[in-house]
Amino acid sequence: MGIICLPEQGTEPTRDPRRSRTDPLPSTDEVIDAVQRSSSLGGQIGSLALIGAVVAGSAAAFAYTGGFLTPERLTPSMLVGALAPPSGPVPGYRRNHAKGVCFLGSFTASGAGSALSTAQVLAKGTYPVVGRFNLGTPSPTTPDSEVRVRGLSVEITPPQGQQWRSAMISPPFFPVSTPQAFYDLLVASGRKDDPNAMKEFAAAHPEIGAFGAWAQSAPYTASYAEDRFNSLNSFFFTDASGADHAVRWSFVPAAPPENLSADALKARGPDYLERDIATRVASGPQRWDLIVTMADPGDPTADPSKAWPEGRRTVDAGTLTAERVVPEADGPCREINYDPTVLPGGMRTSDDPFPAARSAAYSVSYNSRTAEAADYPRNAAAGAHP
Amino acid sequence: MSEAQRFKPVQRVLHWSMAVAILAMLFIGVGMVSTIRPDYLTLVSIHKPLGIAILILALVRLVVRLRLGTPGLPRDLPAPMKLGAELSHYALYALMFTMPLIGWGMLSAAAYPVEILGVTLPAILPQNDGLHTLLWNAHRALAFAFFALILVHIAAGLFHALVRRDGVFEAMSPIPTRGGVIEPAESSRARRSP
Repeated sequence: MGIICLPEQGTEPTRDPRRSRTDPLPSTDEVIDAVQRSSSLGGQIGSLALIGAVVAGSAAAFAYTGGFLTPERLTPSMLVGALAPPSGPVPGYRRNHAKGVCFLGSFTASGAGSALSTAQVLAKGTYPVVGRFNLGTPSPTTPDSEVRVRGLSVEITPPQGQQWRSAMISPPFFPVSTPQAFYDLLVASGRKDDPNAMKEFAAAHPEIGAFGAWAQSAPYTASYAEDRFNSLNSFFFTDASGADHAVRWSFVPAAPPENLSADALKARGPDYLERDIATRVASGPQRWDLIVTMADPGDPTADPSKAWPEGRRTVDAGTLTAERVVPEADGPCREINYDPTVLPGGMRTSDDPFPAARSAAYSVSYNSRTAEAADYPRNAAAGAHP
Repeated sequence: MSEAQRFKPVQRVLHWSMAVAILAMLFIGVGMVSTIRPDYLTLVSIHKPLGIAILILALVRLVVRLRLGTPGLPRDLPAPMKLGAELSHYALYALMFTMPLIGWGMLSAAAYPVEILGVTLPAILPQNDGLHTLLWNAHRALAFAFFALILVHIAAGLFHALVRRDGVFEAMSPIPTRGGVIEPAESSRARRSP
């Protein structure tokens, strides 16, 4: 250091004896001097530039991770936004399956499910349930006869506390294979200005044909109590030995179905189903059996648009009983997010991509509707409830 | 630089492990709420236990700091920088504690079970729409504030290390370095003021 600093410390400037006046190359001292100056002044500019680059790079990485730089990435907000009716989402209500009614009841596990899963809720016993019957519509005022898809959501809480939440629907399979396709379906069906949008969608996603045929031909039942509700999504149950079982499940009604046409259902009034289930439960508990279906090797678990073939092994895991129906405005189901990934130990998600997408979207819906709680007041006067 | 001018090894281990954890946490958080892919569930399942881990580490760190103190800032540090350093550290500590608690409280206010590695944590708040909205908005806003503050913290650390060369960075650097007050700072000062 001392030698290098000599020229700056006021000694006589020395001339490198190895360098002639015509030599274009700088002397060793001059090079070192230049380097030193750069490490002080220029070096500081370089350091500041480096700091700026670190900060800007980190901020850019953060923005990229958050999807701010990739507007084409399908976010939960986009998916939920696509569910909204043309007039926009109905504030305070679930963004889909907005029309519904709460019920209280119980789930009595037979214990047979324990052969498939160590879940507490499947161990023999009776556990409280907070549930919801609902219709697959983004508006709480859609007439019942205009809704093809009905739903059942349950939250079962065993005493040890590991909840099982499940939200099921009445069709025997889902319209499409992937969450992206579901989003594309919502976008295409929302494009009333483009008559080809749905045709193009159907051409790209032929699996929708089966759902279309079901929607056209399947009768409506006269009651939530007569509907079969299906998980459609596949999950893994893990038994006590640690073995995994790919399963789907259904709540199968005890009440025999009375099949109605859409017109016959319409004739019963726009909110008939809520009145019906309240009346039925008031006169006696309504029941569904939890039937767990096990996949055979090769059955599609990742695609809920493909029903598994008939004849798969099933287990009757217990009975759901609805004991009291409560209007949603005052009921205990309103604050529950029936996120299908709230699973007890012994159950987990499979390679089916829907539960993750549903969980992400349900969270957005919950955040929105709780922020708008003032738009859906509690303790609504009788008759004000939609 | 002498060991007396540095944070104690336990403090440095806490600082750097939490730095990794908190940065991972912020990236996981902003990433998970922007995707519907199956990664969403993976990210959420990391976000919750990591948040609790950060809360516990923050508690340990506060106790350690109150017991062991800190090496002082350089005497020649300009007053505004000193004030900025002190205020930003109060804010960083506040965020290390409040972010996990807000997250936990937000899930509780949504009646959503908080499962950490198979253990269900108790709800710390009752279900409440207004509380949930308040906490959710706070969690998001403070996450961005936290990240911005960390960027300022990184910039300040590098400024101390590369420009001021005053030993502040070396006091917390993960491995002992020759840098700091003693060598480069003095020699560069000697060079600049002949």
